[in-house]
Amino acid sequence: MTRAAAGPWSDAWRRLRRNRLALAGVVVLIAIALACIAGPPLLGLDAETTHPQLRHEPPSLAHWFGTDALGRDFLARVLLGGRTSLLVGFAATLASVIVGVAYGAVAGYYGGRLDELLMRVVDFLYGIPYMFLVILIMLMFAETARGDPLPVFLALGLVQWLTMARIVRGEFLVLRNREFVLAARLIGAGDARIIFRHILPNALGPIVVYATLTVPAVIILESFLSFLGLGVALSWGQLVSEGVSVVNPIRSYWWLLVWPSVLLASTLLALNFVGDGLRDALDPRAQR
Amino acid sequence: MSGRWARGAWAVGAGLALLAGLAWLVGPSSALLLAAGLAAIGGVSWLPGRAVRVVGAALLAGTLFACGRGGLDAGPAAALALGVAALAARLLPVAALRRLAFAIPSLVLLVFVTTLLMYEAPGNPFAQERVASPQVEEALRAQYGVPRSGTAFFAVYMKRLLLDGSLGPAIKVQGRGVVDLLAPAVPISMALGLLALIIAVALGLLLGIRAGLRPQSAADYGSMGLAMLGISLPNFVIGAALMIVFALQLGWLPVAGWGGYAHLWLPAVTLALPYAAYIARLARSGTIEVMQQDFIRTARAKGLPERSVVLKHALKGALLPVVSFLGPAAAGILTGSFVVETLFGIPGMGQWFVKGALNRDYSVVLGTALFYATLITVFNLLVDLAYGWLDPRAVSEP
Repeated sequence: MTRAAAGPWSDAWRRLRRNRLALAGVVVLIAIALACIAGPPLLGLDAETTHPQLRHEPPSLAHWFGTDALGRDFLARVLLGGRTSLLVGFAATLASVIVGVAYGAVAGYYGGRLDELLMRVVDFLYGIPYMFLVILIMLMFAETARGDPLPVFLALGLVQWLTMARIVRGEFLVLRNREFVLAARLIGAGDARIIFRHILPNALGPIVVYATLTVPAVIILESFLSFLGLGVALSWGQLVSEGVSVVNPIRSYWWLLVWPSVLLASTLLALNFVGDGLRDALDPRAQR
Repeated sequence: MSGRWARGAWAVGAGLALLAGLAWLVGPSSALLLAAGLAAIGGVSWLPGRAVRVVGAALLAGTLFACGRGGLDAGPAAALALGVAALAARLLPVAALRRLAFAIPSLVLLVFVTTLLMYEAPGNPFAQERVASPQVEEALRAQYGVPRSGTAFFAVYMKRLLLDGSLGPAIKVQGRGVVDLLAPAVPISMALGLLALIIAVALGLLLGIRAGLRPQSAADYGSMGLAMLGISLPNFVIGAALMIVFALQLGWLPVAGWGGYAHLWLPAVTLALPYAAYIARLARSGTIEVMQQDFIRTARAKGLPERSVVLKHALKGALLPVVSFLGPAAAGILTGSFVVETLFGIPGMGQWFVKGALNRDYSVVLGTALFYATLITVFNLLVDLAYGWLDPRAVSEP
């Protein structure tokens, strides 16, 4: 039983290993995450202390990424911002996966009128431009959440579960009529056992793929909010927006725009490559 | 049967969980109203055909009356609304009326949800002003129709909208209605959105179909690499890069600010690129799939030049996945303009929404939200129609 279940996954792993772009994406992601987590303590960086005599210093040996308008070390700030962005991406995705899978599983497994009702609600939420919801939710938390970004980003994740619910529902609608589900029911398995032990493992491929693609979407969403001045913590989006605001024809502080943009873009690119690679590996039907 | 019971139990459980979540977010009484609204919307697909005709026509009449009241007296507006609704009830297919019976309550529910969220946010429209006494604040609240509770505000707002066709006075801009305030911004945002959509579709189709006709070629890898870049880079990074290159370095286009429609090019391209990238990927896979079909082989076998094979036979198939993406793309482009309008300093609707949200100008926020949601609803209907025309096999969903 275990061997048979391992079959498709080891196939997928073999396909994924052959995909150089996806592997490169994994390596880049691990490198960036390690740098953000371990970098500041290892290099003894300090993101807070201001040096009035070192304002807007270009990159040098002492300050690899230069310094910002208050003379703070920019490398430290970029790495700290990265922590927020990555944390936001993964926490919000986790929230969206939990809600989306539960909702989609109930709708798809029971089908019928319940499914109709639940899916109309999803349709309604789809019709609301999510930017509205997110901005309004951010306003609700705006004053209470300074310094503790997590609840806000869980709320962001809760805006992102709709597509996941649709995907999971579609999988469940197909899988619930398959022979192995009938067999399980005949030997007396209950609904919960069928959902979690029999159908969910078979629907895991699309769930993993879509979750991987949700992470960059949430990171981008967070950066939009920071850009609009609604962010709650130091993040790449906030750094980029500060960098954009100093773009002018007379003097360019290019490092303030370039470093956070490059790190943000490479993280997002890497995540998208991994997501694409996983899709090709886990879902051979959807292959190009 | 235990299955039936289990299903009922799950439904009740899920409903209670949803309700608990809502109550945590907006308070218990509003949560109940919200749940009732969601159930009403969800219940539309359970209604039998005849009931759908009545409900759809009644809702249409109400909407038309409100729209008509914008320019007409009550009498003619009512006559117009009833006449059109009666015709619609006779002539439109049930599926279309069902869509209306879903879409119109959705818009009302959107107003309700937006109201609740705005009232949950700390602060209110009169908080920043130096209000001398509670009596003055009460007078201001009465004048602008902003009661202390969200549900009461919703009632006032809907009554005004339905009976007078008015979006109300702007709270933070003295002496002006929301409609006057937004009217100059609408054409700017529409032009920006439309231009961006056209650029996205044209660029995406061009790259995607070229790539799909020759998979694994240099053109394919080149355009898919570009597409990946377009999907991965946030809008404002692309925008800043374009601004630096085309406006600051080359000086071809104005940097930012507003001085006429030449100022739209950079923001439109910025807005369009991520969607062009998605469309290119969809068009590529659509093209690859359609080129393997039998009718393409037939077209080639009868000696058609490759050009007409592609343009006359393959294009429609390649368009299908793109068309179904157009609804979400239009919604994304319209709301994505919040960021781009801020970046380039363009006085459009998005700026009003953000400004209204930050100032707690409830009427302005609701006005913009309602405008965008209506636009997106109408656009989705059009996309469904186009889809049916491109692929008659597609069965329209309720």
